[in-house]
Amino acid sequence: MRPLPSVTGTVAVLDRADVDTDQIIPKQFLKRIERAGYGEFLFFDWMKDPAFELHATPDASILIAGRNFGCGSSREHAAWALEDRGFRAVLAPSFGDIFRQNAILSGLAPIVLQPEQLQQLKEAVTRRNELTVDLEHLRITHPDGLELAFPLDAHAQETLVHGLDDVARTLQREDEVAAFEASYLPRFDLSRV
Amino acid sequence: MTKTLFRKIWDRHVVVDGGADAPSLLWIDLHLVHEVTSPQAFEGLRTSGRRVRRTDLTVATMDHNVPTLDGPITDQLAKQQLDALRRNCEEFGVRLFATGSGREGIVHVIGPELGVTQPGMTIVCGDSHTSTHGAFGALAFGIGTSEVEHVLATQTLPQALPKTMQLEFRGDLPFGLSAKDMVLAAIGAIGVSGGVGHVIEYTGDAIRNLSMESRMTICNMSIEGGARAGLIAPDDTTRSYLEGRPAFVDSDWSDFHSDDGAEYDAVRVLDIADLKPQVTWGTNPGMVAPVDAVVPDPADFAAEERESVERALRYMDLTPGTPLQDVRIDRVFIGSCTNARIEDLRAAAEVVAGRRVADGVHAIVVPGSAQVKRQAEDEGLNEVFERAGFEWRRAGCSMCLGMNPDILAPGERCASTSNRNFEGRQGAGGRTHLLSPTMAAAAAIKGRFTDVRELA
Ligand code: SF4
Repeated sequence: MRPLPSVTGTVAVLDRADVDTDQIIPKQFLKRIERAGYGEFLFFDWMKDPAFELHATPDASILIAGRNFGCGSSREHAAWALEDRGFRAVLAPSFGDIFRQNAILSGLAPIVLQPEQLQQLKEAVTRRNELTVDLEHLRITHPDGLELAFPLDAHAQETLVHGLDDVARTLQREDEVAAFEASYLPRFDLSRV
Repeated sequence: MTKTLFRKIWDRHVVVDGGADAPSLLWIDLHLVHEVTSPQAFEGLRTSGRRVRRTDLTVATMDHNVPTLDGPITDQLAKQQLDALRRNCEEFGVRLFATGSGREGIVHVIGPELGVTQPGMTIVCGDSHTSTHGAFGALAFGIGTSEVEHVLATQTLPQALPKTMQLEFRGDLPFGLSAKDMVLAAIGAIGVSGGVGHVIEYTGDAIRNLSMESRMTICNMSIEGGARAGLIAPDDTTRSYLEGRPAFVDSDWSDFHSDDGAEYDAVRVLDIADLKPQVTWGTNPGMVAPVDAVVPDPADFAAEERESVERALRYMDLTPGTPLQDVRIDRVFIGSCTNARIEDLRAAAEVVAGRRVADGVHAIVVPGSAQVKRQAEDEGLNEVFERAGFEWRRAGCSMCLGMNPDILAPGERCASTSNRNFEGRQGAGGRTHLLSPTMAAAAAIKGRFTDVRELA
């Protein structure tokens, strides 16, 4: 995974609540067995509408979204599609739980901000469309001088900033896993089926 | 110290404790795998030279993509994905219940059916409706493909400690209503993001009185309220369902309940004594109303909701003030991991018996698993449906998400027992209304939404 210490770029604004992962990437694109190449299918049905908000900022790398962004289906393809399209961070009041985790593990920073903070950022980018999201210092800045701090748990921060492989990190705890496993009995018996 | 059921299960599975601020590493008792969200995970194992740590705790099936009509698969991409699952399971030694094995079906239907779902377990699957298994008092939640790879490789998963919510149903469920009406009303009440970050435990006498099938319907839709998982404490009903299942292993469940006085982070109470059958009118499951209501007016909503209600009504082609019972439908889908178990099919069959599907309505029944299909056929339910004009299909996810050829045409309106009415969910431009199996059956007969209790 690509390390993401910070990102500076153009901002797209999608001011809708409860955008589900079925909209971010419709099911017909989930049949592929590869992990890359989903960007061209991002918001496939909504993109057909010439008035769709994202057309205004084709080069955006930061997305400002509404409440409960990425709710619904667990498809990680949604995070892959955003990342493949060039997005590195999504700023929203809240996220679907599974999407949030998928994003972190796909090198896309899901950042929770208060609605008032998002409002400030939206106003700032109408003046000049550029933001920096600094994952190392947990800070968002606008060239005007606007600066906001945001929370992110240390584990997620480390994963994103260094592009860490979560599996490798867990394998470093092998002693603890093995000890737990040794004392733990399976709860069902597949061999009887 | 008093503990919630959730906390008891969590504590038993912590391998490395992360405390309140960092994720804990949890042991996973059961990992369910299907063809759509696993290929990249297996590929990841291959690239990094890792193996599946516990093949005895991993179960795979084919469900999302499979055709439900007889004959060979014609969609080459779907075939490629199913073939990939077969190859991956062979290479990594994972037990696969493939199409034609007689044990295949929707992953959340076959888990309980095989008896691999047990109280007190941690269960994950690359599918958001994994919450279904919470009906057995298991902590069960959906994960993404990177996490699938993580669990395959380590049988553990880093998880942040979720919050807990108690959702108590007060009063008796009125005659003629079902668990689907309860859970749709609950999502309407808490909203589609009301449960974000929480594990919901459902309580109340109405829950205790439900069968396991109905409890699964409730827990299944927890994710539609945004929740991480749903939970129902196990009892004698749970035991009678599980005993005798092939993979069942008995153990002590006596501690699998929330202690008296245990504290939840949030508590919601829903009075269901006067509940009416529910039908969704919008493009998320929280946009729901009693069947005798009219299509709502965006002006009646709070300012920040208005725009999404307007959008939804435009997409659904509905006019405020229209009685829901006047809305005509084109298609009926009885199926999905929410409502395609034997009890669901029996209830729907009872409604359609001796009646005919309305002219111009195309109705299908897709059993949740090969075993449900066999059982229904043994009971003659397929004939009841077919005589009424329904199509009787093979098991799979089918029109719940339309990855196979079962999809809506643009503009078609469908009464569906599934769980998501998102834009395009059942086919681009298709319009989905969620309801219970008996309400779907009644809609098929009348050609429009109708209160099943009035079908004399
Ligand atoms: S039936 Fe629908 S919701 Fe259930 S697993 Fe299949 S696609 Fe997902």
